[in-house]
Amino acid sequence: MDIHEYQAKELLRLFKVATPDGRVAASAAEAGAITREYGGQSVVKAQIHAGGRGKGGGVKFAKTPEEAAQLYERMNGMTLVTKQTGAEGRVVRTVFIARPIDIARELYLSMLVDRVTGRVAFLASSEGGVEIEEVAAKTPEKIVKVVVDPCVGLAGYQVREIARCLGLAGDLQKQAAAFLRNLYQLFQDKDCSMVEINPLVVTAQGELTALDAKIAFDDNALFRHPDILAYRDRSEEAPAETEASKFGLNFIKLDGSIGCMVNGAGLAMATMDIIQHHGSSPANFLDVGGGASEEAVNNAFRIILADPGVKAVLVNIFGGIMRCDVVAKGIVKASRENGVTVPVVVRLEGTNVEEGKQILAESGLKILVGNGLDDAARKVVAAIQ
Amino acid sequence: MAIMVGKNTRLIVQGITGREGLYHAKGCRDYGTAVVGGVTPGKGGTEIEGFPVFDSVKEARAATGANVSVIFVPPAGAADAILEAADAGIELVICITEGVPILDMVKVKQALAGYPGTRLVGPNCPGVITPGQAKVGIMPGRIHLPGHVGIVSRSGTLTYEAVGQLTALGIGQSTCVGIGGDPINGTNFIDVLRLFQADPDTHAIIMVGEIGGSAEEDAAAFIKANVTKPVVAFIAGQSAPAGRRMGHAGAIISGGKGTAAAKMETLREAGITVVKSPADMGSAMAALLAGKV
Repeated sequence: MDIHEYQAKELLRLFKVATPDGRVAASAAEAGAITREYGGQSVVKAQIHAGGRGKGGGVKFAKTPEEAAQLYERMNGMTLVTKQTGAEGRVVRTVFIARPIDIARELYLSMLVDRVTGRVAFLASSEGGVEIEEVAAKTPEKIVKVVVDPCVGLAGYQVREIARCLGLAGDLQKQAAAFLRNLYQLFQDKDCSMVEINPLVVTAQGELTALDAKIAFDDNALFRHPDILAYRDRSEEAPAETEASKFGLNFIKLDGSIGCMVNGAGLAMATMDIIQHHGSSPANFLDVGGGASEEAVNNAFRIILADPGVKAVLVNIFGGIMRCDVVAKGIVKASRENGVTVPVVVRLEGTNVEEGKQILAESGLKILVGNGLDDAARKVVAAIQ
Repeated sequence: MAIMVGKNTRLIVQGITGREGLYHAKGCRDYGTAVVGGVTPGKGGTEIEGFPVFDSVKEARAATGANVSVIFVPPAGAADAILEAADAGIELVICITEGVPILDMVKVKQALAGYPGTRLVGPNCPGVITPGQAKVGIMPGRIHLPGHVGIVSRSGTLTYEAVGQLTALGIGQSTCVGIGGDPINGTNFIDVLRLFQADPDTHAIIMVGEIGGSAEEDAAAFIKANVTKPVVAFIAGQSAPAGRRMGHAGAIISGGKGTAAAKMETLREAGITVVKSPADMGSAMAALLAGKV
């Protein structure tokens, strides 16, 4: 789960990780008032769940409170297009006003769970404000990776290693120690999956501070963090995906023309792959999970068909627990109730597969039966020619 | 011989009185696995559908001689269940649970280093089956055929697809291991490949991978250096968009890394037969086996 910059900074403050003053403005007047509070100048920042806001015009310096108010008016409700939002952009619904600071140096710091070692790791680089992948490609020697032993926590020698890489000595190293330790505490306490501070800034006054903050959380741990769940912004999610998650369906919208309904994530990906293999493209990823109950099938159909780009649907269920006759009944009912007019190809494998196929054949609906994965994929691709 | 599970398996089910636990305990028993009991704290001393229930894994092992445990405990308690089983000396712990918090697994992985006698498979996996001998997990036993092709996979239903294709061709399986879809797990591809290479009953291997991480690339290097048996691989997610988690917690292309294309390339370079279509896993294996003779 992602959150906005202003929410991330709230968390940083809670864990005493240094970040410049800032808060959300609810109106142009408030934007002006906050700016006055910050000495008459401020940085006006659009809040969306995507990076690249600066280049897209979503981060602007206000030289006066009046300018801040004007910038608020312009930004609030605008559709911000950045390198990461895609051409359609995102609507800005929240504007954050930050106290301006004098930047002396820009550094990079992030935390993630390293899959190879199975441990939390810090990535630090003296090249801040740039894409880390670019640094990794061009000057990998400028990046340091520190893997934390979960039993020990962040060790003193590791703090020194990061500080050395970032060129932070003396008082700045002391500040870095507190910054890093508190950030590690935040990561652990709130079950983060990723934290990115880019840029981590050294101010002209010799202070270490997080100018921007991106925090993502482990979806699997949200059950134990109702406070983090409260940060969820559904308007940042594709409506179909939010709808699907309500029914326990794992759904990701894509751009193609063949809707898919499959049980199991691996098989669902493979189903998308075989559709592409045969020359078409999947309209979505959808894992109905182990149940594939009548209700699940019904909801899945409805969500898939709501996509006007869908020209045919492929249902691929390899049942372990579920019986194919039950699944077939669910498909027939869902097709009728949702007024399905596009071709539907169903491939069933598992218990009572013959009964299932019979139910489909006798339904009177335009449902084609796939005999095996390849046959089903060929049939559905042919159906849209 | 096969690997991990077989005729010597004495299985307990952690979470046996829950809906999933009981359903699959019966499924494993019906397949012929020796399911010797289950664990639900607080329900020890009772019995459920013929299975004795114990309060702890320690008590269950003492009473039954269990050497394998399968875990059907919800995410909040799954890490604890794994550690309890390891501490009780269970040699093989298979965690089916999907949704275990990743930081819990960071702790579990660290703790398990202190229990070298315990192997963890999973979490978020369908389990392990040696056809004709023992089933420990949720896979449909019916589609399997005893034989000599080992399967190791990150997916559940995609593994069944591979099994179904092989069985339809009359090619049996030695052992099928689901290592699961999570980014941090107890057993990886290399662990299973090592066991398959050493197993006289396994003559060839199918590897089913997916986007995310570098486990397949690591496996490719291992295979090149250590595996003499023929390998067929399929990598799911060739059509997956970047940056999205495709169902499995570990199935995500991050920062341009972990793509199916890169994995397939690395596997091919290691001399592994990589099929582009998931429908070709069985036929590619058949061709390899025929070519061998």
